[in-house]
Amino acid sequence: MSFEILTYGFMHRALIAGVAIAILCSVIGLFLVLRRYSLFGDALAHSSFGGIALGLFAGVYPLWTAYAVSILSALIITKIKDKYNISGDASIAVLLSAGIAAGLVIISFSGGFSIDIFSFLFGSILLVSVNDTVLILALTGAILIVILLLYRQILYSTFNEEQAKVSGIPVEKINYLIIFMAGLTVVTSIQLVGVLLISALFVIPNVTAIMYGRGFRQTAIISISFSVFSVLTGILISYIFDITPAGTIVLFSIGLLAATMGIRSLGLLSKK
Amino acid sequence: MNAVEISNLTVKYPDVKALDDVSFVVKEGDFLGIIGPNGAGKSTLFDAMLGLNTAYSGTIKFFGQDIRQSKKYHKEIGYVPQKPEFEKNFPATVSDVVRMGLRTESDENKIDEILQQLWIHELRNRRIGELSGGQLQRVFIAKALVNNPKILILDEPVTGVDQQSIELFFSILRELNSKHGITIIWSSHDLDAVNRLANHVACLNRTLFFHGESEKFFSDDELVKQYSEASMQEHMHHH
Repeated sequence: MSFEILTYGFMHRALIAGVAIAILCSVIGLFLVLRRYSLFGDALAHSSFGGIALGLFAGVYPLWTAYAVSILSALIITKIKDKYNISGDASIAVLLSAGIAAGLVIISFSGGFSIDIFSFLFGSILLVSVNDTVLILALTGAILIVILLLYRQILYSTFNEEQAKVSGIPVEKINYLIIFMAGLTVVTSIQLVGVLLISALFVIPNVTAIMYGRGFRQTAIISISFSVFSVLTGILISYIFDITPAGTIVLFSIGLLAATMGIRSLGLLSKK
Repeated sequence: MNAVEISNLTVKYPDVKALDDVSFVVKEGDFLGIIGPNGAGKSTLFDAMLGLNTAYSGTIKFFGQDIRQSKKYHKEIGYVPQKPEFEKNFPATVSDVVRMGLRTESDENKIDEILQQLWIHELRNRRIGELSGGQLQRVFIAKALVNNPKILILDEPVTGVDQQSIELFFSILRELNSKHGITIIWSSHDLDAVNRLANHVACLNRTLFFHGESEKFFSDDELVKQYSEASMQEHMHHH
């Protein structure tokens, strides 16, 4: 029975979409974590909840409205943060509650919670359609290409904004680009783990990978590997035992983090 | 040719003039030491020169080009900050950091060469968070140099560095200037060091009160005394 599940079409789609999202989240997440923006993904996900509610209310495909709301609120909050000099964590708190509040009000207008809302809150990777899978693959490809093309500029401005500016890198534009790509990534990933657990995919594999003490590329590769491993095992195990994939995926990645901490405290992660 | 030409540079903050009508010229191949007490406007001067603060009046030119009109000057400048700030566990090795300075396609030979020149080749795969102050300073010089700049700008880069590393750093600077012909602009508190290394001195205290050959400055007891008193007062003021 255990190999039989690999023959189902929905399982193929779930695994393909899951791997793409795992790669995307760990790459975007690494830049967010290093910029001390770990919770930004979470805030964007919560604000896109407002977008999803709006879509369901207006009868538009909810992910489209989620994309629009998530990207808009990401750009607006960045602008407001710079203009009024609000700290990063406070601006994240504002964005997060604004999204949920708007979502709740819209939901109550449309007569309360429905099954659709729950699938967005907690993810529904096994229900991902062919069209969704194609969209996820296309977005993952596009974002990874942009990051590869602008790799040095993005890395340098993440490392030190002032020095990057001195070398002539358009730091503000790069910052907006990252925020924009984070907005796209968050909504794309909602189908895998839902609004509530997104930041786990952004943060946990990267925090784990950073502990291995390697250079930037190797850290990114370690993070992607852990992320893909957690998503694949999470989806398969959750199906076999009939439990929620989102929770299982996140618990697997927390398991890898705990194991890494254990190895490190035993002194087995020797520095080169 | 003039590497740098600064004319009538004034920077105003709400209650003070941080720089008042400062003009000077740095010739190609010069080694200029900029000295002045705390709050004299050295950082303000650098911020304007590096394009980090554009709210100034006057003009700043690199190789004859006004930095307000051309962005090309960035590639001629290598900059070493006073205290390089970064996330302590940033997953970057020494060669990752030096590679960031490179404008063109990744050129590993160039990176190796510069690391060897600065005596940090054996550290190339170490995480930057593990390095000592002196090692870190050389990594940031390597990053500034990897792009073959014509001018190297250093902002008091010996704070928190041990004596042995300082000596190594000085000999590296001397070699860069005399052997490789790199124009160096270096702000420092350390009068003796400036006396040893720089061939020109600019003495700044919001206005420029001396600019010329360092021999002239250091042979003029009255000037040195004035400078020392100014910085002493500043020092007392701070405590």
